[in-house]
Amino acid sequence: MRRLWTVLAALATLSLTNCGYNTIQTNDEQVKSSWSEVLNQYQRRADLVPNLVNSVKGFAQQEKDVLLGVTNARAKVGSIQATPELVNDPGAFAKFQAAQGELTSALSKLLVVTENYPQLKSDALFRDLMSQLEGTENRITVARNRYIKTVQDYNVTIRSFPTNLTAMAFGYKQKANFSVENEKEISTAPKVDFTPTPAAPAK
Amino acid sequence: MKAARASLLALLLCWAFSAWADVAVPPLTGRVVDQTGTLSADDIATLTQTLRGLELRKGSQVAVLIVPTTEPETIEQYSIRVAEAWKIGRKKVDDGALLVVAKNDRKLRIEVGYGLEGALTDVTARRIIDEIITPKFKSGDFAGGISAGVDRIVGVVDGEPLPAPEPQQSFGGSDRFDLMFNPLIIFGIFVGGAILRTVLGRLIGSVAAGGAVGVLAWYLIGSLVFSVISALVAFAFTMFAESTASSNGRSGGWSGGGSSWGGSSGGSSSDSGGFSGGGGSFGGGGASGSW
Repeated sequence: MRRLWTVLAALATLSLTNCGYNTIQTNDEQVKSSWSEVLNQYQRRADLVPNLVNSVKGFAQQEKDVLLGVTNARAKVGSIQATPELVNDPGAFAKFQAAQGELTSALSKLLVVTENYPQLKSDALFRDLMSQLEGTENRITVARNRYIKTVQDYNVTIRSFPTNLTAMAFGYKQKANFSVENEKEISTAPKVDFTPTPAAPAK
Repeated sequence: MKAARASLLALLLCWAFSAWADVAVPPLTGRVVDQTGTLSADDIATLTQTLRGLELRKGSQVAVLIVPTTEPETIEQYSIRVAEAWKIGRKKVDDGALLVVAKNDRKLRIEVGYGLEGALTDVTARRIIDEIITPKFKSGDFAGGISAGVDRIVGVVDGEPLPAPEPQQSFGGSDRFDLMFNPLIIFGIFVGGAILRTVLGRLIGSVAAGGAVGVLAWYLIGSLVFSVISALVAFAFTMFAESTASSNGRSGGWSGGGSSWGGSSGGSSSDSGGFSGGGGSFGGGGASGSW
């Protein structure tokens, strides 16, 4: 009889781990670490920007507006406190994302402008910085993708039965995920126009 | 009828979407995987020799993949997928690198694992692509470009202080034997035998325990003789052992531990014939180029 109780106790212990508390902990921790990776890579990009701006300045001083845009966007990114707790606050998360998106578009404007300066494009320092920037952008993409996947795992756990009861009991909420900022813009097909423009940009 | 038509349409749509699917990650058949038939057998043998030498010397794994195209994905998306699937490089050291060439897209990429990002930086990777590989690719010398690029990557990795490689194992299946003699598993058998004996009675319980261990051993190690021996040992053990484990009442909490043999992946590789990734991870470092 006592042995039967032992077996029952073993089963009870097993079923306790089945209510998903540990799964929630694991997923929560994974979301945190993948978010840290995203922040890490964004930081890397922000650190690159001053050097990039300086190297462009040497060749393309007349592009003041574009350079200023990049610098301002960089300053804005720096002013947002990027803490790991950001993922639990949808408002702050959106703000952070908007600031990073602004820097992305400022940088891409800068890259378009540099196309007009062959001397700049063949400059060794600029090329090195460019490959660093490309690598960093790719790392950001990878980190964001991994973050999206871990948040998906976490949110699925939080919402499915019976773990949703555990989540409710311990106060675990869904976490914010990345979305595309310019949803409308990319869902319309771009226009291709071959009519020659009157003033062709200097090559 | 309407429902049937709708479900048929849905099925067809599924087919249409699967036709749009991304290029599949090819199986890791060796250090050099050429899906285009660009490299001759000699080229592949030489490259493999160089890369195996690197792994014996430094422990890091480098692989080469040539595919016709990565469409509809970009080469960056495709190569990170391949890197995640192949897991080349040692676990925790993450010292893997991957050279992906998409021949018809005229694009290539060096994907660098976390552990090599210090040596094979984005700048270094871009220089290897721009200054060493693409000039040869432009003149149609694919074998020369790849081998020159691989030599340069090997040279860069050689200059990086990395943890020493593990000595070669004498036979391939040793980590499975390790697995079998894992204390947790032995303890699991011990407890499982006690439970079976409690529930089924001494004789039937012992037979069941012996059978389970035998099947498990056969599954894990693949040797029939060994599995029969271990089955007999488990049978005798359960049959004649006095009920020490169950009588002091601490067996209950431990029974969850028996399931730990499920995750046996991520061992080291590099036995003489096959090649498999050691569990290294990648974070999107490296550089891409085109010719």
